[in-house]
Amino acid sequence: MRFAITAATLAAAIATTFGASFGASLRSAHRGGWTDAERAMLKSLSLASLEPLAPDPSNRFSDDTTAARLGERLFFDTRLSSNGKVSCASCHMPDKDFQDGRPLGVGVGTAGRRTMPVAGTAHSPWQFWDGRADSQWGQALGPLESPAEHGGDRVQYAHVIASEYRGAYEAVFGPLPDLRGLPERAGPVPDSARANAWSRIAPVRQEQISRMYANVGKAIAAYERTLEFTPAKFDRFVDAELTGRQHAAESAFSDDERAGLKLFIGKANCATCHNGALFTDNHFHNTGVPQATAGAQNDSGRAVGARSVVASEFNCLSRYSDAKPEQCDELRFAVTEGPELVRAFKTPSLRNVAARAPYMHSGQIASLGAVLAHYNAAAPAPAGKSELKPLHLSATELRQLEAFLRTLSSPITTSATR
Amino acid sequence: MYSFLSRHLSALTLASVALLAGCMHMSAPSNLDYSRTRSSEHGLYRAAIKPDGDSIPQGKLQKWTLHLDAASGNPVSAARVSVDGGMPQHGHGLPTKPRVTRELGNGDYLVEGMKFNMGGWWVVKFHVTSSAGADSLVFNLNL
Repeated sequence: MRFAITAATLAAAIATTFGASFGASLRSAHRGGWTDAERAMLKSLSLASLEPLAPDPSNRFSDDTTAARLGERLFFDTRLSSNGKVSCASCHMPDKDFQDGRPLGVGVGTAGRRTMPVAGTAHSPWQFWDGRADSQWGQALGPLESPAEHGGDRVQYAHVIASEYRGAYEAVFGPLPDLRGLPERAGPVPDSARANAWSRIAPVRQEQISRMYANVGKAIAAYERTLEFTPAKFDRFVDAELTGRQHAAESAFSDDERAGLKLFIGKANCATCHNGALFTDNHFHNTGVPQATAGAQNDSGRAVGARSVVASEFNCLSRYSDAKPEQCDELRFAVTEGPELVRAFKTPSLRNVAARAPYMHSGQIASLGAVLAHYNAAAPAPAGKSELKPLHLSATELRQLEAFLRTLSSPITTSATR
Repeated sequence: MYSFLSRHLSALTLASVALLAGCMHMSAPSNLDYSRTRSSEHGLYRAAIKPDGDSIPQGKLQKWTLHLDAASGNPVSAARVSVDGGMPQHGHGLPTKPRVTRELGNGDYLVEGMKFNMGGWWVVKFHVTSSAGADSLVFNLNL
């Protein structure tokens, strides 16, 4: 892909293809066939550009290694479920990039959406496909009380903590509350028996249990924060390419991979939303993804998620958060209404995307090639308005993009159990 | 938001619109004014935006200072300011809902919640109402 094109040929190409406005970027084409703007883009996408993880002000235990060790045990504990068979790791499988490869998550029942991977999510201000949690700890508490996922409730989990984790819990969070006299199962969950039992608990005890429950989330988050991506072939390519070093076998791109990268940051517009070292803008977009098949309910995405996070019992501004209000600016300044939120879903990271079929928020699209075809065609959205426009990429270009996406795979690392 | 963007888009030349429709690899119009000091649309105000640093980062919440002078050159106090904006070429608004949270004095206003989640051409619009009247300011940014 090294260009040997004269300036005159370039100018003619510019004039005939795009108009004069692209002149500036193409005129500066140089080293390695990348313009200055492209080189800056490559650098921004490299894992080396990922900023160190900032502390989570809403979770003062977020970087506590004792909390992380407790969180790791909780993450894999199936006792934190109504049937004793479901842990976080049932869907967030460590050997599958902390996801499950299914269209919809399967816990006690079947979840409404695709299981999201965990690595790198500590860098995001929003969790879940619809951003209905604004921290990892807030996120962790959702599935635990969801009837389709863990199916349990916070009083049940308080008993598990008291009987199985008392020492480890108290070492991080201080003395457990007195649980004597509490029912076995109770919580603000859809199940009416357990909801009624919860309503009969005195508010002061409810708050003690909910704080304990929040701490379970904070310990799990402390573990999840340690899950990070390692450099992929793409990162090694960028490192060698930008420093002008000879490529070694583990960093050399094929012609397709190189052309795919050029498309990714160029006319395919992928890097518009899939930007930064984690290939996500951490925002929400309607990309015209079709309804999930067979009886799926209409999913409004961020339109509901935005309202949910503002109302969340466990958000950054809640009594269980350790943050000051001025540390909750993502929540304070969140867009909570408007047509752009309808059926908008979070931009997922593309790191390890090739190993993560099926795709989209309900696993609607089976293969990476079909995802690219979806973006190329830009079909109208089933609700709301898609931000996509047809790309008119050729079959060759789609193949090149897919080849590039396969360079983003790398193992997940954790520092929690070193 | 949509009406603002469509108004803004209507100011583009037909040639630019044709270019956008035909090619998704979008560059901003070449004649945009990116200066951080501007007069309002009807000349009632002269305003300056002061982001945290020299460059505006992508994907991070920022606090800005908005300085407002009246046409006379005197700083404007007790103004009501609303903030709007987006990416005209993408048809979407700002990813956050920034607002003026505090009047700092001497014509300065603290704007919190500014964020730009992607690179490219952004516009940020301030609608200002004070004893001098109501007027709007539009700033172009290139991230």
